[in-house]
Amino acid sequence: MTILTDPPEEQFRISMLLSDTRYRSLTFQGIALVVLIFAIAYLAGNLIQNLTQAGLSISYEFLFKPSGYDINQTLIPYTSQSTNLRAAIVGVLNTLLVAGLACVTATIFGVTAGVLRLSKNWLIRKLMAVYVEIFRNIPVLIWIIIIFTIMTAVMPAPSAFRGEDPDSTMLLGLFAFTNRGVYVPGPQLASPLFAATALNWFLVVLFLVGSWFGGRALGTWATAKQEATGVRPTTWYWTLAIWFVPAGILLAIMGLHWQIPALKGFNFSGGIKVGGPLIALWFALSIYTGAFIAENVRAGIQAISKGQTEAAASLGLRPGRIMNLVILPQALRVIIPPLISQYLNITKNSSLAIAVGYADVTATLGGITLNQTGRAIECVLLLMLFYLTISLSISAVMNIYNNSVKLKER
Amino acid sequence: MKKSILFGALAVAGFAAGGAAASTLDDVKARGKLNCGVTTGLVGFAAPDANGEWNGFDVAVCRAVAAAVLGDPTAVEFVPTTGKTRFTALASGEIDMLARNTTWTFSRDIDLKFDFTGVNYYDGQGFMVPKELGVTSAKELDGATVCIQTGTTTELNLADFFRANNMSYEPVPIETNAEAQQQFLAGACDVYTTDASGLAATRATFEDPTAYVIMPEIISKEPLGPLVRHGDSEWGDVVRWTLFALVAAEELGITSANASELAAGTNNPEVNRILGTEGDLGAMMGLPADWALKAIQTQGNYGEIFAKNIGVDTPIGLARGLNAQWTEGGLMYAPPFR
Repeated sequence: MTILTDPPEEQFRISMLLSDTRYRSLTFQGIALVVLIFAIAYLAGNLIQNLTQAGLSISYEFLFKPSGYDINQTLIPYTSQSTNLRAAIVGVLNTLLVAGLACVTATIFGVTAGVLRLSKNWLIRKLMAVYVEIFRNIPVLIWIIIIFTIMTAVMPAPSAFRGEDPDSTMLLGLFAFTNRGVYVPGPQLASPLFAATALNWFLVVLFLVGSWFGGRALGTWATAKQEATGVRPTTWYWTLAIWFVPAGILLAIMGLHWQIPALKGFNFSGGIKVGGPLIALWFALSIYTGAFIAENVRAGIQAISKGQTEAAASLGLRPGRIMNLVILPQALRVIIPPLISQYLNITKNSSLAIAVGYADVTATLGGITLNQTGRAIECVLLLMLFYLTISLSISAVMNIYNNSVKLKER
Repeated sequence: MKKSILFGALAVAGFAAGGAAASTLDDVKARGKLNCGVTTGLVGFAAPDANGEWNGFDVAVCRAVAAAVLGDPTAVEFVPTTGKTRFTALASGEIDMLARNTTWTFSRDIDLKFDFTGVNYYDGQGFMVPKELGVTSAKELDGATVCIQTGTTTELNLADFFRANNMSYEPVPIETNAEAQQQFLAGACDVYTTDASGLAATRATFEDPTAYVIMPEIISKEPLGPLVRHGDSEWGDVVRWTLFALVAAEELGITSANASELAAGTNNPEVNRILGTEGDLGAMMGLPADWALKAIQTQGNYGEIFAKNIGVDTPIGLARGLNAQWTEGGLMYAPPFR
């Protein structure tokens, strides 16, 4: 009779940390980690020691003191008596605004140019090649300054609109294009349902979101019908009604009317002002990054085998539908990863805003607040934290999207 | 093996970090050169000329200190700083002193740990507008778009002024003087605001200076002066008394032309003490006996520096005003040299 025993348990000896390949890599990683921690601790300690020697200390109290300066574009209420923290938040919102706008337009520019670069038309193809090569090979700061300078030099000053026979007139009597920005009619509510303006608009957005779900439900219904009967019912007028009727009724109840900008004193007042710095920065970032996105799109499309186009064509699809239904969905798998880094670039490049006087977070927190309080280390740390957070968030969201479109391997 | 090299490097870095706290005066003498922070270019105050030589009202202060300490007014390394970088440059020891139209304020003196060594120009914030706007007073600027150079006390004064007068405005913060100027000339802002001296200097470079007017209101006190790091009083004294020597020289009639002659000895004991022929004021500060003589000989007295760089006969054309000697109704007043 044999007795089955477990193999003898291996004794762990210290020397195995070096001699045994199972542990060796862990040992070295452990050492590297300890060294890294010591290096960081040393640098931080050195900084704090030097600051103490100079009689300075790290303190974030300044964030809660009045900032004392004004900002030209504020998405939330702000005066010079607001705190430095609020000034920083105003800057953050401005950064997010220009980055968000630029991401959308850069994608539109990029996809259009990328697709057109593969056009069969020689002229269009070459024009797009020129666009891509010119815009991506000149630093974005130069583009921002060029566009802003051209804008201020070419467009009329508000004073040109003054007088009996002015040099410039408003477009259709509604829009004023000046070198300080574009003034457009602004929506006003005569009988709002809530005292806070934001709440009213939130309600409108809520209605629109509802319409979106309604539109989707309609689409699902139409698809089901199509699958059952083979004929897709005509739904476009229903879609229009779902989108416009509820929101329209709500706005009519609240008494929507438009306030038209008018020249008053030095500037136009009334309506909505889209500032010159915002336009210049937005346009420069879009057109610059659009050139990079165009190349990504072109690469993505060319990565799809020619057989796909031919197969789709042999099924009788028209060229436009081949692109939209067959090529682009597959190309997205190649396009999305580099697109993420382009979006990150837009966000980071928006910190060049101060060149044109746009009050982003680098200009408020990292500029004026830093200067007035002299708290350089604190402000720069906060800025780093902000950009890191925002970049990682964009990255996370885009990675989720990438996972949803990438090739599913089963 | 590798570890020991790393720790060795860290130890060296540690010693280097610890050794930076020696006396600035000794550092400057050992280096044979004064590192002086100035503006990136403001004609009349500090700007390089066609030959790349720095010239101007603030530059003269740097050169006077270099002449006093090292005996050579050219032994200066000029470090151009922006409104943003100036304080970091001084605090980190990159520059020994800052002479850059910097306003003496409580928080800069106390909170940022600097020492202002005096005032070389009494200024105030003003407004410049195109003549065609027909504005005659800053109180009529309600609703105007204002270009500001960021990183200065100007932004805060501006906010206070408009708030105090219950007016609104739209600020356009611009990083440098040159860009702000371009925006202003293109009409992208109605008003340009900075220190009145800066406005005059900027206007002097315009194609048609007469088309622009400077408003009569001065909305703030801007005592501009050189500053040094807090905690090194010996060095602070050197800069402070060099500036006083220039001011006192004007009061006592010592000029760049007659300084050598007067240094031979005069009947005025204070002149003798300044020029080092009587007493040992220089030695008390750790400087040669002829420290003030060198500074005055090479740069001229305060009045000469003013007239040469920003006075009424220059394109900038500033009157002495508050910056006249106290004997002539101004604020320039040097304590006694004894």
